[in-house]
Amino acid sequence: MSADGYEPVIGLEIHVQLATRTKMFCGCALGFGEPINTRTCPVCLGHPGALPTLNAEAVRLAIATGLALGSSIAESSIFHRKNYFYPDLPKAYQISQYDEPIASGGQFAVLAEDGITSVGITRAHLEEDAAKLVHLGAGGRRADADESVVDFNRGGTPLLEIVTEPDLRSAAAAAEFLRQLQLTLRHLGVSDCNMEEGSMRADANVSVRPTGSTELGTKTELKNMNSFRFIEQGITRELERQIGLLEAGERIAQETVHFDPDTGAIHVLRSKEEAHDYRYFPEPDLVAIVTEPAAVEEVRSSLPELPSARRARWQEELGITFEDATVLSESVGLAAYFEEVASRADPKLAANWIRNELRSALRDTTKQEPHESAVTPERMAELIGLVADKSLGAKPAREVVLPELIETGDPVSDIVERRDLGQITDEGELYALVDRLFDENPDQLAQLQGGKDKVAGYFVGQAMKATGGKADAARVGEIVRERAGL
Amino acid sequence: MTALHELTAEAAIRAIEAGETSSLELVDAALERVTSDPWHAFLAVDEDGARERARAIDANGERPPLAGIPVAIKDALSTRDLTTTAGSRILEGFRPVYTATCVERLERAGGIIVGKTNMDEFAMGSSTENSAYGPTRNPWALDRVPGGSSGGAAACVAARQVPLSLGSDTGGSIRQPAALCGCVGIKPTYGAVSRSGLIAFASSLDQVGPLARTVRDAALTLQAIVGRDPLDTTSLEWREPIELPAGERLDGLRVGIISELNGEGIEASVRGAVDSAAATVESLGGAVEQVSLPSVEHSLSTYYLIAPAECSANLARFDGIRYGRAAEGADSLLEHYERTRDEGFGSEVKRRIMLGTFALASGYYDAYYLRAQKVRTLVVEDFARAFERVDVLMSPTSPTTAFPLGERTDDPLSMYLSDVCTIPMSLAGLPALSIPCGFADGLPIGLQLAGPAYSENRLLGVAHALEQALALDQAPPEPA
Repeated sequence: MSADGYEPVIGLEIHVQLATRTKMFCGCALGFGEPINTRTCPVCLGHPGALPTLNAEAVRLAIATGLALGSSIAESSIFHRKNYFYPDLPKAYQISQYDEPIASGGQFAVLAEDGITSVGITRAHLEEDAAKLVHLGAGGRRADADESVVDFNRGGTPLLEIVTEPDLRSAAAAAEFLRQLQLTLRHLGVSDCNMEEGSMRADANVSVRPTGSTELGTKTELKNMNSFRFIEQGITRELERQIGLLEAGERIAQETVHFDPDTGAIHVLRSKEEAHDYRYFPEPDLVAIVTEPAAVEEVRSSLPELPSARRARWQEELGITFEDATVLSESVGLAAYFEEVASRADPKLAANWIRNELRSALRDTTKQEPHESAVTPERMAELIGLVADKSLGAKPAREVVLPELIETGDPVSDIVERRDLGQITDEGELYALVDRLFDENPDQLAQLQGGKDKVAGYFVGQAMKATGGKADAARVGEIVRERAGL
Repeated sequence: MTALHELTAEAAIRAIEAGETSSLELVDAALERVTSDPWHAFLAVDEDGARERARAIDANGERPPLAGIPVAIKDALSTRDLTTTAGSRILEGFRPVYTATCVERLERAGGIIVGKTNMDEFAMGSSTENSAYGPTRNPWALDRVPGGSSGGAAACVAARQVPLSLGSDTGGSIRQPAALCGCVGIKPTYGAVSRSGLIAFASSLDQVGPLARTVRDAALTLQAIVGRDPLDTTSLEWREPIELPAGERLDGLRVGIISELNGEGIEASVRGAVDSAAATVESLGGAVEQVSLPSVEHSLSTYYLIAPAECSANLARFDGIRYGRAAEGADSLLEHYERTRDEGFGSEVKRRIMLGTFALASGYYDAYYLRAQKVRTLVVEDFARAFERVDVLMSPTSPTTAFPLGERTDDPLSMYLSDVCTIPMSLAGLPALSIPCGFADGLPIGLQLAGPAYSENRLLGVAHALEQALALDQAPPEPA
């Protein structure tokens, strides 16, 4: 089986638990790990006559997210009731936004191995989470449970569902999209986006089509994967499964599938053809969310600089590449570290040194990120500065100074002195050295003067050897030519 | 002195203030009639609690506006620790953990809750015969219905069990029983009274309001319960306080008789009483004209799409899992749902859940629910046009006087027609009230007055002036 000739088409639906103090429609505090059914009230238990009230902070966080994704914020948006019977849904309907969401449209750019992808955002809408079913018994699964308990502590937790266009073209890009989204939402304080704890959950709509085709293939919905790694693995497996089916001349059914990370297998959960009729209708218990443009501007002005905006600023003002900017903005700490170094040294060199030299050296030794290491931004900038003005050779800087800096955190000048690595800046000393080398190697000098320019390199090499690498090779080359009369 | 149970709320307040009686005496007098209850107006009585609060009010000397007055609460309103069933088997014995905002406000105003009144199951009905606990009887003729769904709330006031009660009105459930029992009932502007704690039938239509024997008593009660509640986002800021009406003239008032509700389908005696009320308006200085509201003719069918649609979702929570009555011995989750709801709901409730489920189903939504909402907008616009010409609209409250028990129970459509005059105002969210305007064969006739949103004070003023001029305050006969 081969993936050649097929193009993956992937869209994501992400549920993010908003970092509010209280639930979406009542005053119960959010929490984790409390004894079951201790964070409940008549509203989130669906008692007769209890009415939902809207959590204003959840609306603010939804607006902040919408702005970060480049969405337009609806001046008026409403809630619907999504009706179905299940014990985790106490009202037998979920209050959710439907065809008039708070945020729609937008773009979010991510860098993956296969390049930069700009992913369209379809919408972001507010809704309440269901309660949690706890199956008591041997396996913790419904089938072999002795008893099932509904824990309403989670019921009514505010969620924001973000839906993307089917713009992703690889499993890696999908995982990278989620990483970048997680970073952005954490940065905004919208959510802690902890996939293991379920505060960020992702479903993927996956299909394949012949390369070059613009029509969409039949999609399947890959449900509820709880780590970036499983998402990438799950999508990869599902793409393989779909291509296998097509290669075998079979059709893909529109169904919900589940990836089992233990076995790597894809299981079909249910066929979409038997989908529920949720009988959506506008929620009469809640008035519309009216968002004045001024209120949107207020949220906008309160936002911290977004990773995407910071990347753009770095590209424009500091002249670094999108790739460097993406890597260096992966975490808030790393981004701040880079900014510190770049304010004291050449930004392009700073990006290169931090991303390539410092991070890989740290990876091999202390396993720290730059901002966690002994190498303060001041020291890093000092090192970059010494290399830039040729007081220190790049090779000794990389091979001698950096490891010692990581280990000790000492001032770079101390290390250079201690290890006697300072470059020879005395021109007279270099001239004398070249003259001595000419005296010792008359044959080579003759070849050079006879037009064999390559031999200049021989003298530079000898000079470097004689000085233990402390000479500036380029300058030595110039002196060699000058003294040879070329 | 008049017997204590005969006193209006206003008269009772004066008697307490004059030291002629106490809250405990009033409550005792009420409880005597509430516990004997030959009308079956009550589903639950809180004797000990009521006496305890009466003693406390007598002792502490504070005089909030309704201090010490016995009141009854429709069983659709949640009352903490006091059984609340909404007239349904599925909530048999249910004791809520919280109290409805309007009930809390009434208690804060000094009202003393003596019990919960009978109603059509989940407020679905116009005769109180859909109560799972047996019908309430009309105090004017025990073989007739009191109207509904707030039949117990109207009967208990008419029968002088208590001077005041709270009801709820979705398509006429306060006004129509008020008319059939010969008392005053107000459905305020949608949003005037918090719905928090009102067991929902149709959320976009449900509204709590008072029933009383006089317009001023009803106004006193409304005063206590209106206003914004943070627990109900659809509740309104109420800027102008409700005033106690006092005027006797209607000079300059423009009254419109809704022509669509003054002809076919309205009993002759009812039409006659409304016409003579119109003549009274003119005699008090007002002007009366006919006003047409063309979309009113579609109101009933519109209502019977929107209300069942909302109820199908509102009643889905009754599954016997967290509270209420659960079927025993089910082998699966689905069977548990099916049997609990089959055993717990009556036939009218099931009928409306099915109607509503159908109206919302994928593929039918546009043709039914969405179209009904569009007609609802037309009704709103019709009223807005009418109120450019007149200040108040007038019609019968009910097309007939109280009908015999059992007459319409097998004919849902004829039962639905009981609300033909009251539904349009519900669809438009407008305030409307019913006052007695005459009798036919010993049965009361109700007059409906309706106005634009927030016009409660004007409506109360007109109703009070008419009430004074018509002078119809009579007690029904005491049962043998």
